[in-house]
Amino acid sequence: MPNSNRYQMPDPSIQLTDELIMHHIDRNSRVIDLGCGDGRLMQRLHDEMGCEVMGVEVEQSNIVAIIQRGLPAIAADLNEGLVDIPNDSFDFAVLSQTLQQVRNPKRLLLEMLRVARRALVVVPNFGHWRVRMEVLRRGRTPITQALPYEWYETPNVHFMSMRDFRDLMDGIGLRIVKESPIIKGRSVDQLWGSNLRADSAFYLLERDPGKG
Amino acid sequence: MSAQDTDQDSSNDRSDEIVQTQYVDLFQPPHLLTFASGETLGPVRVAYETYGVLNKDASNAIFICHALTGDAHAAGVHSTSDRKPGWWDGFIGPGKGIDTNKYFVICANVLGGCQGTTGPGCVNPVTGSRFCLNFPFLTVRDVVTVHSELVRHLGIKQLLAVVGGSLGGMQVLEWAILFPDQLKAAVVLASAPKLSAQGIAFNAVGRRAIYADPGFANGDYYDSEGPRYGLALARMVAHITYLSEDSIELKFGRRLQDSDRFAYSMQKETEFQIESYLHYQGKRFVQRFDANSYLYLTRMMDYFDLSEGFPSLEAALAQTKARFLVASYDTDWLFPTSQSRELVSALLHVRRHVSFIELRCPFGHDSFLIDIDPLAALVSPFLERTFESTSP
Repeated sequence: MPNSNRYQMPDPSIQLTDELIMHHIDRNSRVIDLGCGDGRLMQRLHDEMGCEVMGVEVEQSNIVAIIQRGLPAIAADLNEGLVDIPNDSFDFAVLSQTLQQVRNPKRLLLEMLRVARRALVVVPNFGHWRVRMEVLRRGRTPITQALPYEWYETPNVHFMSMRDFRDLMDGIGLRIVKESPIIKGRSVDQLWGSNLRADSAFYLLERDPGKG
Repeated sequence: MSAQDTDQDSSNDRSDEIVQTQYVDLFQPPHLLTFASGETLGPVRVAYETYGVLNKDASNAIFICHALTGDAHAAGVHSTSDRKPGWWDGFIGPGKGIDTNKYFVICANVLGGCQGTTGPGCVNPVTGSRFCLNFPFLTVRDVVTVHSELVRHLGIKQLLAVVGGSLGGMQVLEWAILFPDQLKAAVVLASAPKLSAQGIAFNAVGRRAIYADPGFANGDYYDSEGPRYGLALARMVAHITYLSEDSIELKFGRRLQDSDRFAYSMQKETEFQIESYLHYQGKRFVQRFDANSYLYLTRMMDYFDLSEGFPSLEAALAQTKARFLVASYDTDWLFPTSQSRELVSALLHVRRHVSFIELRCPFGHDSFLIDIDPLAALVSPFLERTFESTSP
């Protein structure tokens, strides 16, 4: 169990993340939500913005929940890529708080921008100063509030910082259209020392026609 | 295509679920049925059953497509003393996955079958003798054309859904591209947009067993015993393809039939339990199925390729207007998940509303007939939401 004395990265509230994602999605567009859970965001995109939505989920109970909403979902393991999804079949691909859990994040990001024009990604920032302190001062692996797991049972298999993320985008020919650090449940357009201060970050990505 | 013999307790009072098979003659001359082969036939007798009540605007009808050797008797019992209910009784009925308190459910025996609908064992009204192998060459398209006509005859303009597993799922797919306006939703279970080469291979062995039986007499065997050994053998082979390694191991293992020791005798025909089981399945099948129908229907399955006549599977599916629910089973090696995935991918390509899941179940291809609860958990909300979206 997480120790209360230890720093826990705040859960970027679901509400905020949803709003942030929806803000960057065009009305009536086609959206694929990867790791969509029970389809909460899909429902809002469908009801409030007239989007044509599609969910990808690994849990059977979630597939049932999405069907119960009257929305479509396909069962797939994101670790195996998106092989069944045809090229350019969506306008937007959403991946919220999941990238750090997939085995090959690089491949999944490229897959997202194969099936969609733009990708929206929310990732935790393991470069936060308190995370660093935890490692430095106490020599302990940090625990997040949203995913309060010990190192031996955490679904988070990759620990990246905002700086790491930017480097990867550069390396694989994806363009960061927008980066919004999220700090204490608020998204900010610009943040001094964001790699130290942001709990997580939102990215809007697209293929860089000049590269890749 | 059931391998399952669910012997129901006859003491259960099911008097409220007593159903009768009904018959109707469609395609009365001069409005003959034209087969995909160009041949014509009429009238065509169709055996069907219905469960539940059709609502006022006829918007709650669901059509069930049966698999290779199924029949119109999908649910309920024919009498209070009936030992066995319909083949999908766990799935269809009051309060069940396909809730007959809510929906009007139709199931019909397929064209070319032998359980009430016109098939090769019937008398050709033109010649006065049985069709035998002179019955027109049969395709899934022809079967669906007859189903569709039955729906029109019942006064239903549009079905809420068409549901089917295996060969039944192929009918659902064909229906969705052939008469796209006739269905709101399509439920395709343990099926595929075409039969795999492996599937054709097993069918070929089954047919060869029938042909090679001296009792076959080129299909004109109705005055004699018929190719009963060949047909039984065909069923035994096919039956194995409906099971899985796990389910055979679980159910029979290497257990012996009537002893715990080997007999060391070549006179003993059935030593292992699995042998005895397959023999029993073969024997029972011969009592209820016609070899000519088996030949026609397996050939029809071999021929099935949804993309036939279209440049691609995607182009075929572009004809559809329904929303889709596709499910496969992880232990099904006759209609493997890869084939369902191919279908789903093509549906996504043409931007159709499609949900897909691979269900975990040890019973192989037959899982869709056996493991009803997870199936009901998916299908029931899918139908409900579709029904709500169409209700005024």
